Amino acid sequence: MKAAIVQFPGSNRDRDMFAALETISGQPAHKVWHTDTELPNCDLIILPGGFSHGDYLRSGAIAARAPVMRAVATAAAQGVRVLGVCNGFQILTEAGLLPGSLMRNAGLTFVCREVMLEVANPQNPFTCGYTQGEIIRCPVAHHDGNYFAAPKTLAKIESNNQVAFRYANGTNPNGSVNDIAGVFNKQGNVLGMMPHPENLIEAAHGGTDGRRLFEAALDMLESTAA
Amino acid sequence: MTVQNTQPITPELIAEHGLNEEEYDRILELTGREPTFTELGIWSAMWNEHCSYKSSKKWLKTLPTEGPQVVYGPGENAGVVDIGDGDVVVFKMESHNHPSFIEPYQGAATGVGGILRDVFTMGARPIAAMNALRFGEPDHPKTRHLVSGVVAGVGGYGNSFGVPTVGGEVEFHPRYNGNILVNAFAAGLAKRDAIYVSKAEGVGLPVVYLGAKTGRDGVGGATMASAEFDDNIDEKRPTVQVGDPFTEKCLLEACLELMESGAVIAIQDMGAAGLTCSAVEMGARGDLGIRLDLDSVPIREDQMTAYEMMLSESQERMLMVLRPEKEDEAKAIFTKWGLDFAIVGETTDDLRFSVHHQGEEVANLPIKELGDEAPEYDRPWLEPGTHSPQEPHLFAPPDDYNAALLRLVGSADLSSRRWVWEQYDTLIQGNSLQLPGGDAGVVRVEGHDTKALAFSSDVTPRYVEADPYEGGKQAVAECYRNIVATGARPLAATDNLNFGNPERPEIMGTLVAAIRGIGEACLALDMPIVSGNVSLYNETNGEAILPTPTIAGVGLMDDWSKMARIGTADEGDVLFLVGTEGTHLSQTIYQREVLGEETGPAPAVDLMMERARGEFVLAAITSGYASACHDISDGGLAVALAEMCMASGLGAECEIAITYPHAALFGEDQARYIVAVDNEWANMFAANSEGSGVSFERIGTVQGETLKINDLVDIPVSELKAAHESWFPSFMNPQSVPEAAE
Repeated sequence: MKAAIVQFPGSNRDRDMFAALETISGQPAHKVWHTDTELPNCDLIILPGGFSHGDYLRSGAIAARAPVMRAVATAAAQGVRVLGVCNGFQILTEAGLLPGSLMRNAGLTFVCREVMLEVANPQNPFTCGYTQGEIIRCPVAHHDGNYFAAPKTLAKIESNNQVAFRYANGTNPNGSVNDIAGVFNKQGNVLGMMPHPENLIEAAHGGTDGRRLFEAALDMLESTAA
Repeated sequence: MTVQNTQPITPELIAEHGLNEEEYDRILELTGREPTFTELGIWSAMWNEHCSYKSSKKWLKTLPTEGPQVVYGPGENAGVVDIGDGDVVVFKMESHNHPSFIEPYQGAATGVGGILRDVFTMGARPIAAMNALRFGEPDHPKTRHLVSGVVAGVGGYGNSFGVPTVGGEVEFHPRYNGNILVNAFAAGLAKRDAIYVSKAEGVGLPVVYLGAKTGRDGVGGATMASAEFDDNIDEKRPTVQVGDPFTEKCLLEACLELMESGAVIAIQDMGAAGLTCSAVEMGARGDLGIRLDLDSVPIREDQMTAYEMMLSESQERMLMVLRPEKEDEAKAIFTKWGLDFAIVGETTDDLRFSVHHQGEEVANLPIKELGDEAPEYDRPWLEPGTHSPQEPHLFAPPDDYNAALLRLVGSADLSSRRWVWEQYDTLIQGNSLQLPGGDAGVVRVEGHDTKALAFSSDVTPRYVEADPYEGGKQAVAECYRNIVATGARPLAATDNLNFGNPERPEIMGTLVAAIRGIGEACLALDMPIVSGNVSLYNETNGEAILPTPTIAGVGLMDDWSKMARIGTADEGDVLFLVGTEGTHLSQTIYQREVLGEETGPAPAVDLMMERARGEFVLAAITSGYASACHDISDGGLAVALAEMCMASGLGAECEIAITYPHAALFGEDQARYIVAVDNEWANMFAANSEGSGVSFERIGTVQGETLKINDLVDIPVSELKAAHESWFPSFMNPQSVPEAAE
């Protein structure tokens, strides 16, 4: 499996993501610049965290209109796995590839802390390394992570099992509706999430709960490889 | 010569530029005629206290700045220290006090931006940041507004730029009511053979302007930073710069790519006094003249005068001397990152600083004199007075030790800073090994399996006020201790000296004595000062701040798997006090919070003992004896024990030798640590202490969920935590229910 990481001006967890993928899979990911119009041949496209274009206008709004996003949308429609973390999630909602939107945190301040996540749907290539209802640790670091969707959309998301992760044990850090921390698209090949699994993958991070997400997405788990 | 005076130079104008009569006479002499308006601005920018260190230079020269580990000491944008394997750590601390008081968000944000630029200008990628913040008393009507603005500004810039904030300080004291302190620290990693400096080389080479466009923001900022405040400070709001962390992030990536391409001969960021200071510095350092053509400078506002362009402090800008054959390649990099790239001048061989605007030469000054011949003062100073020692029996004991300890851990200065550091991205880059809340921030060195760097920022202003010499020593010693307590060897430090008006002999005397103390401690503890910043005139309506010489230190750890933390003791571990029983109660947090007084001498620092105990603790940690470690500072032994319990969630049963209970529990005697040792190794540890001649005492065992000290203290850890965690959230948001401790 080959992964590609899309870099926008202002992306800043792209380096974390490169390092995490290399540590986990042993091979470096492709780098894709936001003005590129074609993607390299790959099985997983990642939009990393950061403050693309300074988050000016609205978080992710400018990046969502970057030339590369047309290629990302095409690939997503063809079933290629797409993961957006933090700013990447914001970009995917702004690009219309995921439902809902991310508003300013309810507390109105940036928040960086560890939260607990409940795995809401493990029947998916991204989350199949976890079990239904499993509670994992994961850090968050964002200013605009308050997930919101209109009641109709929200009902659809819930009934289609599109919620990937929920903040658990009262650790919702931002006021997200239904404690939603991550959502899939309807087809299940696009995942957006506010928490940073790439910052919890090795002993130095004090835990490895984030690792299985990447192992699953890269088909590295024994069960999926078999 | 086409220079024209567009505005007459009156005595009032000269005074407005912060220049005295003597200085102006010298300017007349060096210019060889009456300066133009633009030239007056240039002289004033180069000769203000902020840029020239004219009051402090004589004393700064006495600080130890050398050592085998030092690659570049003071004088460059930041200090450079070798950490082995061809790598260096590049770091500096700088104040942004006055702007942050006037406009807290932007003042703090641009303080962070400025220090990050100092680091990456040298070719280093920033890997850690810290902030030492000092505010007025909590109840002062401005304090909440300043705290929320400064914290949001620090986070807003650092988080977006993408550097982890791993440590710092937040304190309150009425003496900062009219003049807060924002001291920003940044450290970066570079290769020893790829460091860039500001010294230009070669005649006729293009001088290139990089980064953001020039606006009118910050005109006169450096001069403002060198003046006292009065009641009209709000009028100075337009002199505060506005930061754009997005542009800075792009500038970082573009500069690192540019350096990689081999296009850079010399590079200097535009900080205080912007284009003026950066151009003069590059020329003066390289014994070259610089000719600037302002018509090529990218501007964001029309009709800017030469004066405004030369003194603008618009952020996120750099000046560089370029290898001409690399011009196309260099330009392509900046275009890719959406930044301005403009050739705005060239190096010359005439040692003149010549500035052209709209076909006129608006300034023509001798560049060496601008850069190097700023006046240097030996200001009159008074040796600070001394206090006689105060024995413990002179201080009232608390009515209730439990209540006293709860009060201390929940006080404004000792309560948890979680409310602050959760607004900073502490995890970005994936290398943070210790976050704020411990003794020092620790960050992995990328590209190495085991190496890590520790960072701590320290000073106890009330000690410095009581005894500038001992207080200066103590700032360095506490920084040393915090780094040692993680298992890192202290390597070097940067100093950020915040004081009042140096024209007052008693203030100058405080500065002189503090520098003497800092110098002695740095020498004894082998922590040379490799960079720094002086911020004087921190006064409002004639009242000075507490003298605050902030020391930020960096330490190196060979193997982070052996690192010690404050909260990792296990049930059954034995607790050792390294050091002796507490006796010193004057100027302590106990005296201030419980007795409501701040009197007497600061605790004395015995540097030989500090070093001996530090070496012993370091050896214990690196040989794997310590399951947890914490230094003893504000609040004494009882607070240190409480902090370890709160961090681990485990209680402790302690039985300590006591002469005076309140002094033993809350005394702030120096050079002390608490080390937790696995029971199996406890006797070995004790034997080693004895063998090393280090005073120690076996004080208790980690157990249960309650902290017990003799028959004096008996408090559930959960109760300590509730007091510790609730102060800040309820202070900042009195209506909210304090968040439960983790």
